[in-house]
Amino acid sequence: MYPAQFDYRRAGSVDEALGLLQEHEDAKLMAGGHSLIPMMKLRLAQPPVVIDIGRLDELKGISEAGGSVRVGSLTTHAEIAASDVLAARCPVLAEAAGHIGDAQVRNRGTIGGNIAHADPGSDIPPVLVLVGASVHLQSPSGTRSVAAGDFFQDLLMTDVGEDEILTHVEAPALGAGTGAAYLKFEHPASGYAVVGAAASVTVQNGRCTAAGLVVGGVSATPTTVDVSSLVGSDLSDDAIAAAASGLDAEDPIGDIFASGDYRVHVGKVYGKRALAAARDRAS
Amino acid sequence: MTVSIQLEVNGKPVQAAVEPRRLLVHFLREDLGLTGANIGCETSLCGACTVLLDGNAVKSCTMLAAQADGASVTTIEGLAQNGELHPLQEGFWEKHGLQCGYCTPGMILSANYLLAQNPSPNDEEIREGLKGNICRCTGYHNIVEAVKYAAERMS
Repeated sequence: MYPAQFDYRRAGSVDEALGLLQEHEDAKLMAGGHSLIPMMKLRLAQPPVVIDIGRLDELKGISEAGGSVRVGSLTTHAEIAASDVLAARCPVLAEAAGHIGDAQVRNRGTIGGNIAHADPGSDIPPVLVLVGASVHLQSPSGTRSVAAGDFFQDLLMTDVGEDEILTHVEAPALGAGTGAAYLKFEHPASGYAVVGAAASVTVQNGRCTAAGLVVGGVSATPTTVDVSSLVGSDLSDDAIAAAASGLDAEDPIGDIFASGDYRVHVGKVYGKRALAAARDRAS
Repeated sequence: MTVSIQLEVNGKPVQAAVEPRRLLVHFLREDLGLTGANIGCETSLCGACTVLLDGNAVKSCTMLAAQADGASVTTIEGLAQNGELHPLQEGFWEKHGLQCGYCTPGMILSANYLLAQNPSPNDEEIREGLKGNICRCTGYHNIVEAVKYAAERMS
């Protein structure tokens, strides 16, 4: 399968890439190409110009910044999964990245490309929403950041503007007493998540003071579940199951592999397991 | 338009002008005649096209040749040295790690990457490391044995 013909431009800097975006209408940015090239081979995307930003070192790498971890948009899933900084500060993001596809995909796929593509079966989005990450964008007129919860707008739709480049993600470090986990029910052929549940639980002085649950794969965008009933609870298995059963999706995704109702059901099961794993890591 | 690329393939410098849409796997197979990297699913799933790019296992069907500009690529043809099979090639031979052989080049290059990261993997780690490579003949058992054989020989 060949992509349709296109012109190829390689950017040497973010500013040059922004200029090329202005210059070429309907151009697409390519990082690792692991979302874009498959779409182009299937002719679901036929951009007239591809701007290769894959060599921009300024968009690569993981570093601590204040109480957050900054992950450059061109950082690969393999680098995220193996990051010592993330292992110490926000291990749930590394855990989710390690679940993506397979070793070869993780060597090329990037976090920026992944979330800009916004596949509902992607592993990263629910984790970013769970931890309250921010997504940072740059355009010729400046920079801005958007909360991960507002970034994902619809199926394959995000807040990235036509003149913008996603530069990095900032994930707050998990606080003391907080455990988090990402559990995935994987499609056996594609490796995407049929359902992926990201959960966090904070325990202080033996009491649950905060809990969160975000489920991917059920709806077009990550679904946040209200698990506030766990605050002050004993975090028993029953309390966790009751909280996870609050998962609701107005218009769940259904396909030949998993109907919408089934995804909601599996989402509750994986939500429960993710919360239990987060609880066990918190205490 | 064409894109000028310079890269190293199996240790030899290569220069070419490619169409932007030229996929790395087609460049290797059709332009360079290195047909070891196979085209299987074409959807980044089966791993038959796996090659090493600067030492990392990648799927060459999901990469433009233009993206490999400046890189060092290793295909199955580059593994044997001076007529001596690589321990992984020997392992697949000794342990009957293949039947039809279609997946084998990709399997061996993924296993090569795995052993570079983890020189003595257990069965589970081998299966996880080869998750991106599908074999429809062997049932994987002898592939795992072949990788273990190579790991012992390389240690």
